[in-house]
Amino acid sequence: MAIALVLVLVVVGSVLFHFLSPWWWTPIASNWDYIDNTIIISFWITGVVFAAVVLFMAYCVFRFRHREGNRAVYEPENKRLEWWLTVCTAVGVTTLLVPGLFVWSRFVNVPSDATEIEVIGQQWQWSFRLPGKDGKLGTSDTRDVTADNPLGIAPKDPNSQDDVVVEAADLHLPVGKPVKVLLRSIDVLHDFYIPEFRAKMDMIPGSVTYFWFTPTRTGTFQVLCAELCGQGHPLMHGVVVVDTEQDYLAWVGQQQTFAQLSAPKQTGSANQTSGKTMASGLGVAAKLETVEAR
Amino acid sequence: MVDVTPADAVPPAEVAEVELYHPHSWWTKYVFSQDAKVIAVQYSATATAIGLVALVLSWLMRLQLGFPGTFDFITPEAYYQFITMHGMIMVIYLLTALFLGGFGNYLIPLMVGARDMVFPYVNMLSYWVYLAAVLVLVSSFFAPGGPTGAGWTLYPPQAIMTGTPGGQDWGIILMLTSLILFIIGFTMGGLNYVVTVLQGRTRGMTLMRLPLTVWGIFTATVMALLAFPALFVACVMMLLDRALGTSFFMPAIVEMGQQLQHNGGSPILFQHLFWFFGHPEVYIVALPAFGIVSDLISTHARKNIFGYRMMVWAIIAIGALSFVVWAHHMYVSGMHPYFGFFFATTTLIIAIPTAIKVYNWVLTLWRGDIHLTIPMLFALAFIVTFVNGGLTGLFLGNVVVDVPLSDTMFVVAHFHMVMGVAPILVIFGAIYHWYPKVTGRMLDETLGRFHFWVTFLGAYLIFFPMHYLGLMGIPRRYAELTDMTIMTESAHHLNSFISIMAFIVGFAQMVFLFNLIWSIRHGREAGGNPWRATTLEWQTPQTPPAHGNFGKELPIVYRWAYDYSVPGAKEDFIPQNVPGNFGLSKEPA
Repeated sequence: MAIALVLVLVVVGSVLFHFLSPWWWTPIASNWDYIDNTIIISFWITGVVFAAVVLFMAYCVFRFRHREGNRAVYEPENKRLEWWLTVCTAVGVTTLLVPGLFVWSRFVNVPSDATEIEVIGQQWQWSFRLPGKDGKLGTSDTRDVTADNPLGIAPKDPNSQDDVVVEAADLHLPVGKPVKVLLRSIDVLHDFYIPEFRAKMDMIPGSVTYFWFTPTRTGTFQVLCAELCGQGHPLMHGVVVVDTEQDYLAWVGQQQTFAQLSAPKQTGSANQTSGKTMASGLGVAAKLETVEAR
Repeated sequence: MVDVTPADAVPPAEVAEVELYHPHSWWTKYVFSQDAKVIAVQYSATATAIGLVALVLSWLMRLQLGFPGTFDFITPEAYYQFITMHGMIMVIYLLTALFLGGFGNYLIPLMVGARDMVFPYVNMLSYWVYLAAVLVLVSSFFAPGGPTGAGWTLYPPQAIMTGTPGGQDWGIILMLTSLILFIIGFTMGGLNYVVTVLQGRTRGMTLMRLPLTVWGIFTATVMALLAFPALFVACVMMLLDRALGTSFFMPAIVEMGQQLQHNGGSPILFQHLFWFFGHPEVYIVALPAFGIVSDLISTHARKNIFGYRMMVWAIIAIGALSFVVWAHHMYVSGMHPYFGFFFATTTLIIAIPTAIKVYNWVLTLWRGDIHLTIPMLFALAFIVTFVNGGLTGLFLGNVVVDVPLSDTMFVVAHFHMVMGVAPILVIFGAIYHWYPKVTGRMLDETLGRFHFWVTFLGAYLIFFPMHYLGLMGIPRRYAELTDMTIMTESAHHLNSFISIMAFIVGFAQMVFLFNLIWSIRHGREAGGNPWRATTLEWQTPQTPPAHGNFGKELPIVYRWAYDYSVPGAKEDFIPQNVPGNFGLSKEPA
């Protein structure tokens, strides 16, 4: 008997928790509110089914609990009811699937005006590359990675030379412009994930993966790694700043291109460059130590 | 509406009885035993023991998540070792071994009316190889560098690299070796279960008269025999990558500034192999639970299972479909995005036969005579948690919805609800149900009810709110949830709450263990058929059943397994081996 009451409380409690608890998604900052809408549809359909099934059970347990002299009804099958339920389920499932597939098709088909940028993951930091004035990213290969070329950008490719390299620092993006994010890793699997953008995708060493989005509001957003990448995984944070067009251009102006970074160095910049690479190498080791110390 | 066949049609015996192996000493009777019932107990005890290790590991990881920074000994390295071993033990060494090796061995021969498994010697070997696998797994805790911390999915390249605990030490090698042994051991047992169901049934036991428990275990075993080889080759290839420096899964890699020697391998190939095994594995655990819970509900509601034939076909359909949905674990893996359309569609289609099973369970309750025994309570709790976890599967299976939720706590909550809590509730229900047959005594009722309430409500309170942490975007597999802008103060409090519930639920399992041991001697005498059930295991001449199960004569089966409350019959159950057409029995055929 208690169980019938508890089943009702489970439904009521779950519904109240859903609507009243403070734990909900972060305010969205990209065009993927389509995904949020699909989640809302899913919550409604599944919520109704959950409540219906559990409340029906609660009723059965209450109404048909054993009492002296009771006897169950003998009813092996009821084809009509079974088919009717099957069809209803199929309709419910289709209602979930069809909008989902439409949004997925948007998600995988990148608009032609999207700017390609590149995100490179390595244990345990994020680096970025933006196409320079030519609007094209040069090719890359993990085999080209050296202390002076930590992202493995093809040194001979003419398209590489004006690429803007942001190593282990913040990425800035202009608001309202679609971006195609090309994802690359030079060591293990990582996953470029910003909760406010709703999008994520694994990066696989040896392949280039992608997703696209349009930032819809300015602000500073934290990048998280969402694919286990070793013991530094939870510390692999990064920052993406969504700027107004003006702020963005100002920021880009201050960045160095691949050609500048790898140019035969005068003393000053050589020190700076190798210092930076050393620092990032040390940075990883230092991070590892911090991780172990914690 | 229902095809009616005479309930007493019995074909003649096709195969003569074979002389059983008889043990000659204490060692061959209780240790190196070839009796499926002894092997079942050995499997169950080993699985429970290693499961306790997994339980303790879950406490340790909840200590870290609930009270971050408080426990110095839980380094990120240790945390990843805990989650990896917890997951692997629960999925493979506990759930798979207990359902198939434990329940399969005990129930298949008894329920189909056989004296034993058809290959008793291989069956014995199966257990000992399983034990070796468990010991190799345990040894990794004592190996230099400790066990692997690669996550239970063991994704390369990180699984065999220095940044991952055990990656360049013994951990990953022992893990892979243990899995290989497990699969060898399972294959020996699995072939036995399949052949016994197909060839060892007694006279009159047609396939469509099998209890759903047997259907569930049988289908799961067939699936496991087809799915485990994918894991087997993946393990062998990764072992070669790690030990000999081959490059099956290893592309060109720069690790901490050093170019590695690997070249040309495919990390994503491993994921396909892993999930080609891994998704059927979900149903390898779920189908036996489906079967068992059908029998628990039917017996304790004193009513035939509703829509038996639909239930059988749903089991088979789920088993078949589960081989074409694997890549729904890989929507954000970077595989070709067009795969998403196919795998989302197949995944949502599988919801239909699964929903049919749920409807038929609750419709079995409708106009039943529901005895709220402990097995029935666990069965009801199973339906709640399974429906909950199954429905969140519709989120994650629907490719685009998976994008924000994948790799977050939502996934952790989902799979714990659907393949952790739900099947384990069935295991508990099944233990309360069959313990009297195995030991001859009932488990203590008061302790049992305490165990039920704490486990059901506690587990629901752990995993239901956890979905919302995932919805916030909090990733899974984070040893530290500090320095995160999305992590609010209240989310930390929720995590502490979840951890406290986890300790309470874990404590209730100690009460259960005590009950299991205490009741062997002190439990109430059960008699041969305490639940007044129809299936053959309750009709044995001795309880616990003796070697050979059925005394001199094998039972002959005259009816399906669900003749409860047949109109016109005196009792509210008619055992399968009782002859005579009661006229009003409408066995579906």
